[in-house]
Amino acid sequence: MNKFTKKFLASAMLGTLLAFSAHAATLNIHNGGDPQSLDPQKLSGDWENRIAGDIFEGLVTEDAKDNPVPGQAESWTISPDGKVYTFKLRDGIKWSDGRPVTAGDFVFAFQRLVDPKNAADYAYLQFTIKNAEKINKGEITDLSQLGVKAIDDKTLEITLENPTPYFLNALMHYTAYPLPKHVVEAKGQDWVKIGNIVTNGPYKPVEWVPGSHVTTVKNDQWYGTKELKIDGAKFFVLEDQEAALKRYRAGEFDILTDFPTDQYEWMKKNLPGQAHVAPFSGLYYYVVNSQKPPFSDKRVRQALSMAINREVIGPQILGTGELPAYSWVPPGTANYGEPAYVSWKDLPYKDKVAEAKKLLADAGFGPDKPLHAVLSYNTNDNHKRIAVAIASMWKPLGVDVELVNAETKVHYDQMQRGQVEIGRAGWLADYNDPDNFLNLLVTGVQMNYGRWSNPEYDKLIKDGNAQTDLTKRAEIFKKAEQLALDESAALPIYYYVSKNVVSPKIEGFVDNIQDIHRTRWLSMKE
Amino acid sequence: MIKYALRRLLSTIPVMWIAVTASFFVLRLAPGGPFDGERPLPPVILKNLAAHYNLDKPLIQQYLLYVGDLLKGDLGPSFSSEDFSVAQQIMIGLPYTFTIGTAAFLLAIIVGVTVGCLGALYQNKTPDYILGSLILIGVVLPNFLIAPILQLIFGIHLAWFPVGGWGDGSLKFLVLPIVVLALPHAGRISRITRGSMIEVMNQNFIRTAKAKGIGPRLTVMRHALKPAMMPVVSYLGPAASYLLTGSLVVESIFGLPGIGRYFVNAALNRDYGMVLGTVIFYMVLIVFLNLLVDIAYAWLDPKVRNR
Repeated sequence: MNKFTKKFLASAMLGTLLAFSAHAATLNIHNGGDPQSLDPQKLSGDWENRIAGDIFEGLVTEDAKDNPVPGQAESWTISPDGKVYTFKLRDGIKWSDGRPVTAGDFVFAFQRLVDPKNAADYAYLQFTIKNAEKINKGEITDLSQLGVKAIDDKTLEITLENPTPYFLNALMHYTAYPLPKHVVEAKGQDWVKIGNIVTNGPYKPVEWVPGSHVTTVKNDQWYGTKELKIDGAKFFVLEDQEAALKRYRAGEFDILTDFPTDQYEWMKKNLPGQAHVAPFSGLYYYVVNSQKPPFSDKRVRQALSMAINREVIGPQILGTGELPAYSWVPPGTANYGEPAYVSWKDLPYKDKVAEAKKLLADAGFGPDKPLHAVLSYNTNDNHKRIAVAIASMWKPLGVDVELVNAETKVHYDQMQRGQVEIGRAGWLADYNDPDNFLNLLVTGVQMNYGRWSNPEYDKLIKDGNAQTDLTKRAEIFKKAEQLALDESAALPIYYYVSKNVVSPKIEGFVDNIQDIHRTRWLSMKE
Repeated sequence: MIKYALRRLLSTIPVMWIAVTASFFVLRLAPGGPFDGERPLPPVILKNLAAHYNLDKPLIQQYLLYVGDLLKGDLGPSFSSEDFSVAQQIMIGLPYTFTIGTAAFLLAIIVGVTVGCLGALYQNKTPDYILGSLILIGVVLPNFLIAPILQLIFGIHLAWFPVGGWGDGSLKFLVLPIVVLALPHAGRISRITRGSMIEVMNQNFIRTAKAKGIGPRLTVMRHALKPAMMPVVSYLGPAASYLLTGSLVVESIFGLPGIGRYFVNAALNRDYGMVLGTVIFYMVLIVFLNLLVDIAYAWLDPKVRNR
């Protein structure tokens, strides 16, 4: 082979290689905010979860429909009293540096999570584990007292404070991901920097430009790498939804994780089938300060609730068809079945208004003595639109509404201090279980902004959580939910929807109630 | 000249100290804290976080700790981005902002001065009206309006340039943000240049030059341009600091990873460390750029440095 031929062949091979890499299936995802960290114990947002869930894997993980499926654990057993879970780890699981993932890595991660020194925002999500809360509060200083033990390298035992039927769902959360003990101990805080970070999920991060993107590639050490159809992903930071939609239209993004609601009608016509609007495990609601007269009067709260025409909010005010909420727990929530509903759900709207007027009159308010109410919301166009609409719905009752908006930090600070009369709030489920919503109305819970308190409700929630039989538990919870709805503890308005835009070349994207779509389940058409 | 520059530099130290102190306390007085949000954290977690960031100490002690670290060159941690310190984040964002800002700055000067000179030379004639109207669009229309229009035309319909992102940093990614960032400044520079040039062109020494038979191009280049640049130079200081510290709107709309967005995002998140860090960074940059402008001014007009 002469020199020229060698050169020609080398160039041809290089060209082929380049052409191949140009066709590599990289998923470009518009991911909203900038991740706070790649350390799963320092996260708090869904945009961070999208990355963390691709690069790490817990004992249990999600399938495309967000159901729990074996992750790093191949199987598990639960003790008859529902308190002890024993996990058997898969054979041959490895970190991206080739070191084996052991039960000790899980013990290390859980201990680090609850250690108050590390100040993990979301440590409380694993407070169901024995002694987790006491350690986090500093009441127990010995981390080995935590109910997570390595029986051997392949067996992990987790003991809970009480039986917790949603515990497997909670293990899908990023707070339950293992950490590479050998790297964290060697590198300290810098373990998470690109170049140091070692992960155990289907992908591993190779680039992070704050304010721009995080890039991942296949993790060759993961047990299912051969089945991955996507070679890697780029998670783009871009909070301007209008700009994101333009980049999607220009083909720069394959998936948008949110879009401007006023563009929905346009998208339905111009990008048919690409906008995915689906029920989402979240509730948009108003709290009413039930410690403050006249809002402490159940009749006033119920009148306000009844006069909200929920049927028009999703289709007409937001334009994305959010479903009206008449229950506290969104339908479709796991371990629950059909939720409880307000008794007046199916009345025609004019009858609801008539009844609301009567209730207000009974409480001493009417055209001669209007009810003055301050409605607070955090600055956002949609919150404003809804507040203006609801204020106009309350007007026929003789309610004189003063609208106050504040930036998110200030709004929630005031809500927690009990300084609002009526305030806008929303809740997205951390784990798929009714407890995550019902807990918001328990006495003394921080998120109980309306300060509604009912000992019977508190007892029912406590009893429900002590119940291991899921059917009986759901019955108890439903009683509690009905009680809260009858008392108009807060005013549910609509159930959130997830809003994704998915390119026709992406396959395997399944709408689900927690809006979690791991790259491992997706594929891309050429 | 060096003495003049040093004197100007020293006079900024008390200003910077006052600005840091005021920013520190005003920020702490603002309602809402770094850990407030849609999801309130349990008291035990909040206590751990406060201890982690020294927020559990008396305010004056926090201030002294901050200033102590600052004197050692440490801008401290960011509350909303735990993997990078404030200084690291600024250093990561700076090259992007600097590239876009410098290019926009140069483009604004070249376009602004050229259009301004042509406007002055063709004063109240057709080219003056056409160029003046075109450049006015840049001044009048805000960049949050121009950017999406350019994205739609050149990004989506014509597909000449990417709609956003940094990509590989190649020119095609940078054209639209640079143009959007430069347009308003090019417009203002052209208006200032035009006015100043008209004034200079009516001076006696220009009439003398013309009387000697020097052509209009040479008259402008050799005699009129330097004195006409005085008001332009005084505008360049604030313009440069604005462009180099980045534009929140342009960086947000084009999804660029520069530092322009840090300040507002940090203020909204009550990320005390990041807000103070960016304030200090902006201050140092503005002081430095103003110093450069003063030196340029002194070079253009010797009377200034002898004052």
